[in-house]
Amino acid sequence: MKYMLIMRATEAARQDYDKADINEIIEKMGAYNEALFKAGVMLAGDGLADSMADNFVVDFTADPPIVTDGPYGETHELFSGFWMIEVASKEEAIQWASRCPLGPGSKLEVRRVTEMSDFGEAADNPVLAQQELWRAEGGQA
Amino acid sequence: MADARRTVEAVWRIESARIVATLARMTNDVVLAEDLAQEAVVDALRQWPESGIPQNPGAWLTAVAKRRAIDTWRRRERLDARYRAMAHDLPRAGTAADAGEPIDDDVLRLVFIACHPVLSREAQVALTLRLIGGLTTEEIARLFLVPVATIQQRIVRAKKTLAAAKVPFEAPDPTEWRARLGSVLGVVYLIFTEGYAATAGDHWMRIDLANEALRLARVLAGLTPREPEAHALVALMELQASRFGARLRADGTPILLADQDRGRWDHAQIGRGQAALARADALGRGRGNYALQAAIAQCHATAPSVADTDWARIVLLYEALGRIAPNPVVELNRAVAVAMATGPASALRIVVDLADAGALRGSALLPSVRGELLARLGRGEEARSEFVTAAALTGNERERGVLLAKAAAL
Repeated sequence: MKYMLIMRATEAARQDYDKADINEIIEKMGAYNEALFKAGVMLAGDGLADSMADNFVVDFTADPPIVTDGPYGETHELFSGFWMIEVASKEEAIQWASRCPLGPGSKLEVRRVTEMSDFGEAADNPVLAQQELWRAEGGQA
Repeated sequence: MADARRTVEAVWRIESARIVATLARMTNDVVLAEDLAQEAVVDALRQWPESGIPQNPGAWLTAVAKRRAIDTWRRRERLDARYRAMAHDLPRAGTAADAGEPIDDDVLRLVFIACHPVLSREAQVALTLRLIGGLTTEEIARLFLVPVATIQQRIVRAKKTLAAAKVPFEAPDPTEWRARLGSVLGVVYLIFTEGYAATAGDHWMRIDLANEALRLARVLAGLTPREPEAHALVALMELQASRFGARLRADGTPILLADQDRGRWDHAQIGRGQAALARADALGRGRGNYALQAAIAQCHATAPSVADTDWARIVLLYEALGRIAPNPVVELNRAVAVAMATGPASALRIVVDLADAGALRGSALLPSVRGELLARLGRGEEARSEFVTAAALTGNERERGVLLAKAAAL
């Protein structure tokens, strides 16, 4: 089973982050990532940039959609990083997520990644098969 | 209560190798270490539902197991220096699990012992899944479709053998290192291939088994990062596993490579496989057995279709593989690639030579390929005969169906 661990940071947590020793944070996160790798469960993981210049939002309430600067949602619900892990059970995902070195104000939203088998009869759906090809072209590693 | 059991099992999966390795370091006795760890697990099952899951579950289990070790020695009145040292170390047990490098060395020792030459292949597989993979006996039995008692006996026997052979808790001698590592990789790959193409029963593949092997291979690569073949094994498995989604029809019948919908291949997994092979290559020590096999799998994984596959390159890779690790299956696969690269006639010569040499007797592989080549050469009667022979030899229901269908089509 694949799970995605999504970091969500509140404004309070971000302020703590700004005050904290950056080297200590890097070291703790590095150790966590290394533990995931060594356990053979890490599939992917990355941080997400904060900069207003790089990030944008596409709002589909209009046609064509409206593109605006900035990250999605309220500032206190920023999605700042993710991991994808492969585990045998929800309990194992809980174990790994609980070990993430985040502080007060941070949350991990953990969601199971759907697989072809989830779609049952729809597994022959050509649109879903196209999605796989799209991923390949997108070079998703 | 069910949640507690599942949590304990999850913790065991994550921590077992480190816990048993730590205890083996302490007692210098892998068998005793495993027994102590199991007793700690029983304690956890009893206590955690009431007291809650501890902050550091691995350290909790290790501490409990250590305490039992000391209690045992105390009862045996072994008031030697070692006991006194253990008793002194106990308060620091909570931080023991934070140790980095030393623990890794001990886990690697444990891996070598689980795959020790004095053990039978079956014992090596069971012990590796148990100690390193952190599976329960029930989980192992389910994966291999055998009774739980069978696995229990296998593990008991394995432990008795290790004790009788007085296997020490040490890494192999430098002169034996390469051979012993090869053996470990072989055990892990055996677990994978058992899942990848089940040899018995009705199930063409058992994905769970293959995924367990893949995780073990990643763990091993993490323990031996400077070994190209460890990374190459990960690469090979990722690349082969990437095709799982395309190998079965809805009714369970298998789909061969040439007919697979490549859009269903797991391209993220192919990416991981390529990255692992690149890690192996980056060590600059050339390509060994698993790396060459991975390179072949990579040729398939990156080809848009059977026709657009670089068959000439695959032939070269099989030739190289045949020189460093000659075996009739490699030769047979080379024949298949030669057929695609230059035509069935030259390929048939390779297959006939193999058959004349008596290779792969009792296996469905050789007549299966021979039938394929004869069919392509328009020699229908002979081809049908080969497919029928192959169907009679295979132990896999689904594969038998595929072969008989081919025979009937001629």
